[in-house]
Amino acid sequence: MTARMNERFAALKAEGRPAFVTYFMGGDPDFETSLEIMKALPAAGADVIELGMPFSDPMADGPAIQLAGQRALKHGQTLARTLDLARRFREIDNRTPIVLMGYYNPIYVYGVEKFLDDALAAGIDGLIVVDLPPEMDDELCIPALAKGVNFIRLATPTTDEKRLKTVLRNTSGFVYYVSMNGITGSALPDPSLISGAVGRIKAHTDLPICVGFGVKTAEHARAIGAAADGVVVGSAIVAEIAASLTAEGAAGPDTVASVVRLVRSIADGVHASRLVAAE
Amino acid sequence: MNQTPKLNSFRSGPDEDGRFGIFGGRFVAETLMPLILDLQGEWEKAKNDPAFQRELADLGTHYIGRPSPLYFAERLTEHLGGAKIYFKREELNHTGSHKINNCIGQILLAKRMGKTRIIAETGAGQHGVASATVAARFGFPCVVYMGATDVERQAPNVFRMKLLGAEVKPVTAGNGTLKDAMNEALRDWVTNVDDTYYLIGTAAGPHPYPEMVRDFQSVIGTEAKEQVLEAEGRLPDLVIAAVGGGSNAIGIFHPFLDDESVRIVGVEAGGRGLGGVEHCASITAGTPGVLHGNRTYLLQDQDGQILEGHSISAGLDYPGIGPEHSWLHNIGRVEYVPIMDQEALDAFQLLTRLEGIIPALEPSHAIAEVIKRAPQMGKDEIILMNLSGRGDKDIFTVGKILGMEM
Repeated sequence: MTARMNERFAALKAEGRPAFVTYFMGGDPDFETSLEIMKALPAAGADVIELGMPFSDPMADGPAIQLAGQRALKHGQTLARTLDLARRFREIDNRTPIVLMGYYNPIYVYGVEKFLDDALAAGIDGLIVVDLPPEMDDELCIPALAKGVNFIRLATPTTDEKRLKTVLRNTSGFVYYVSMNGITGSALPDPSLISGAVGRIKAHTDLPICVGFGVKTAEHARAIGAAADGVVVGSAIVAEIAASLTAEGAAGPDTVASVVRLVRSIADGVHASRLVAAE
Repeated sequence: MNQTPKLNSFRSGPDEDGRFGIFGGRFVAETLMPLILDLQGEWEKAKNDPAFQRELADLGTHYIGRPSPLYFAERLTEHLGGAKIYFKREELNHTGSHKINNCIGQILLAKRMGKTRIIAETGAGQHGVASATVAARFGFPCVVYMGATDVERQAPNVFRMKLLGAEVKPVTAGNGTLKDAMNEALRDWVTNVDDTYYLIGTAAGPHPYPEMVRDFQSVIGTEAKEQVLEAEGRLPDLVIAAVGGGSNAIGIFHPFLDDESVRIVGVEAGGRGLGGVEHCASITAGTPGVLHGNRTYLLQDQDGQILEGHSISAGLDYPGIGPEHSWLHNIGRVEYVPIMDQEALDAFQLLTRLEGIIPALEPSHAIAEVIKRAPQMGKDEIILMNLSGRGDKDIFTVGKILGMEM
């Protein structure tokens, strides 16, 4: 596997704080702006970057991420250009892990082997592909692991004890626990339920557990970060981008700055979580 | 894992992973995986349960009105001057199309599984109406997702669904057609996993849906085969059906797949022509990809983004096709051809005037192919066509195009 992911989680563990995992859509609202956003994320507090690959039919996403994908596609984003974003980011940052997140079809059409080679060359550390459950591991998961690209799986509230073993097999990097049954950007459920679920998964794996879906504020992040090894924020960042755009959907004067502001404030929540937990 | 079904039969697929050759599979979010595995388990049990089969057959007879008649279209045959043309009259079923065959089967499964809420997607509204109907009959609340464009062009069906007590949710994403309705139904399902049954209307989606829907629809071909044998003492030479997702087509094709003498043709929506993007001919003009839980032929760009397509017929307005059709195309057992909007419209009018049957725009595509082929065939040859739905829902669309005062 690429070293960046394990090094980052090991370092955070040594520091005694959870990872802040930030998601944004590659190419939203346009290539240059999203590159600027990406470059600004580590300094704003992001420990791991999830880079969204736009898809025309994002079946597991709520309205915020659906619209972000549409904006990106409208401005000519493609899978090749999303890999370009990562490559450009690596020119200034070779330590922050990058995880590509999206749906299988663009990868399938690009060609799995070529995609994995190009992703490694671009500095990608892992993949989250929503519509590839363990039953479909031959498609991408096994080839990815063989080339040293982490394959990060989603576990959900519908994943029972028996299934958890199936889900954790062939999973690497970290486990992404989806906090509720639903689409991205929905309301956050009771944090105590989440900490129970995280504990249940931890009994079966030594991998870090990151929790996402519904985390929108510093307060949420602090509550989740108390139990989990990482907190994922996506729709809130994407919604912040949307709110900053001009009426025509182009980047506004404050787009990058407002994202940085939001990420910084949530990062404060993440960093404060263990302090609270220790009290 | 990629085993093709046994080579001595075209009817033994899919394999245990839901694959027809490279097509099919289970490409869904992890949240849905346990549900799909549950459904598969329940379906395996139900299909071998005589009580389930009895109830299905009983509702088929007394509620749907099966068997549907096989009708010799005498005047159309004379008019075309070639092969004898028979219609399998699925448009005479309760609710006016073949869709009810599948809905009755799946609602019985939903009941067995203890689900309490039904969701469905619909294009032309035929599946939405059939879903709303069985939901009413079995006392389930029902939500139907329908593209906003389709809500407009299929207003009579929207009204019928509402009368039946279903909630119709217009979907504005994308072009507001069947593909977008299916995305939204999947989002509902992933959110309401505990109590909700997703009643998919076509032979597509994640395993076991393509197989299950095919099996519920195969009653069409099984009956038709017996009926043709009784009427003519032999099998038809050609079987034709329109293909959107492909449930009426696989239903009539499947029982004939191993009969070597029977040529089989699926008719795709050619829209305004295959040159541009205004068509829905996934097999003729598409490439393999992954959407809505299965690998199949799709209309997509070079980046794997799904295109919207176009058809005059809302029921064919879908950029994919059931995975078994993709496989039948690849192995060469079934031939798939496009028919343009205008040809379907002409066929719609011809059948109405010659036979006194107003067909839906979907099977009008199949009729157009019959019109092309029958004159090329001998008078002793037989064509069997699936007349899958009636055209009442389409009269406003057609009237508008023909410039009639309504």
